[in-house]
Amino acid sequence: MTKLKTQSLHKRESELANSNRQLEILSNGIFKTGELPKFKDKIAEIGHFPLRPKKLEILQINVGYMCNQVCEHCHVDAGPDRKEIMTKDTMKQCLEVIKNTGAHTLDLTGGAPEMNPNFRWFVEEASKAGIKDFIVRSNLTIIRANKKYYDLPEFFKKHNVHVISSMPHWTRGKTDKQRGEGVFDQSIKALQDLNAIGYGMPNSDLKLDLVYNPSGAFLPSDQASMEKDFKKALLEDFNIQFHNLFAITNLPISRFLDYLIASENYEDYMYALVEAYNPAAVANVMCTNTISVSWDGWLYDCDFNQMLDLKVASKVKHISDYNENLLNDRDIVISQHCYGCTAGAGSSCQGSVA
Amino acid sequence: MSKTYYDPADLRKFGNITEWSEELGTKFFDYYNSVFQEGALTAREKSLIALAVSHTEKCPYCIDAYSKDGLQRGITKEEMMEAVHVGAAIKSGAALVHGVQMMNKVNKLDG
Repeated sequence: MTKLKTQSLHKRESELANSNRQLEILSNGIFKTGELPKFKDKIAEIGHFPLRPKKLEILQINVGYMCNQVCEHCHVDAGPDRKEIMTKDTMKQCLEVIKNTGAHTLDLTGGAPEMNPNFRWFVEEASKAGIKDFIVRSNLTIIRANKKYYDLPEFFKKHNVHVISSMPHWTRGKTDKQRGEGVFDQSIKALQDLNAIGYGMPNSDLKLDLVYNPSGAFLPSDQASMEKDFKKALLEDFNIQFHNLFAITNLPISRFLDYLIASENYEDYMYALVEAYNPAAVANVMCTNTISVSWDGWLYDCDFNQMLDLKVASKVKHISDYNENLLNDRDIVISQHCYGCTAGAGSSCQGSVA
Repeated sequence: MSKTYYDPADLRKFGNITEWSEELGTKFFDYYNSVFQEGALTAREKSLIALAVSHTEKCPYCIDAYSKDGLQRGITKEEMMEAVHVGAAIKSGAALVHGVQMMNKVNKLDG
């Protein structure tokens, strides 16, 4: 059994549950006084403002904010109390888009996407579209949370789903600190279940990747070194194998922003992000090749903008009006949280970008 | 002027030393960055050595920097504390080994 780490900001009725309040914080203080440069000015220095999309490669669909976990740093503010769930009607609209998109990757996320009551139907239907890479972001513990989910590994295998799962560390203490007591043990069991049917094994086509994001107010280290350490520890300690590790920087929004402010790390963290700004990462930030769809069908430049309710700056704003050509002719909406994607080797849902 | 000798925010200004002597400052940082690259020792091992030395040198800036660096590299609290003990053991050993000099002197004068 896992024990919830905390409650969502929404449940706590925190002022940070309001995306406008988050944007205010990100635009004021050290950025208003000029102590740190605004993201817009920083990318203007290298001729990238306004930031424009390249060819669409990834369609990321968030099927709901409900989750069986309440991780300390969740940028979605997900949890069992979140009732925002994509309806079957919206899924049908998404399927129309999936059938016709030029994107080569479909990326389902949440919350725990598996908790959407129509999740399996959606995966079955979407897999018929012949998208090259079909990703489900599974938090692992959901596989062990209830009998009705035990067969998820087999279900994923049947539909050739590429599984990407979060794993903050290869030790119990650090993982449970961020994601809740018992999460580590359940995640290990789920990974062993996935390995048992071929996921993550060397030369297997059943792709299993892990996502590492730091457990506190610091940036991730080099992705390749972290992958080496994770692989060694998980193999030696638990006989677990996986393909790639994606190191993702925590963006200063939602529960992570709440944590940064409460622990008095906000300013230092923003300094660290700005100091680690890498101009080479700007050209490949994920918003340049991704469209993010929310549970209620609105369109965003990325999952982070979705959580800040910064809809795409386009005539097309909803999945019901989807038009890829029109959408690709837009300026990407940015704020100071974007420094999270350009720090060091850069960060995206697919890991480093530079 | 600050009323304390150490201000955590000064660590961020470390790079500014180059402004008053660009050649030496640049040489220092080039050397420093080269030292911490992967080599015969891994960058991870070097980070732990740096953390231990930060303590023996009692450098608060270095302790802040290499505690954070260790976390970024996935180094555990247990590993960090063991490294600090290695530094502390060498410091205390370095003091204690002088006891032999004391014994030599006492034996010579009063043996």
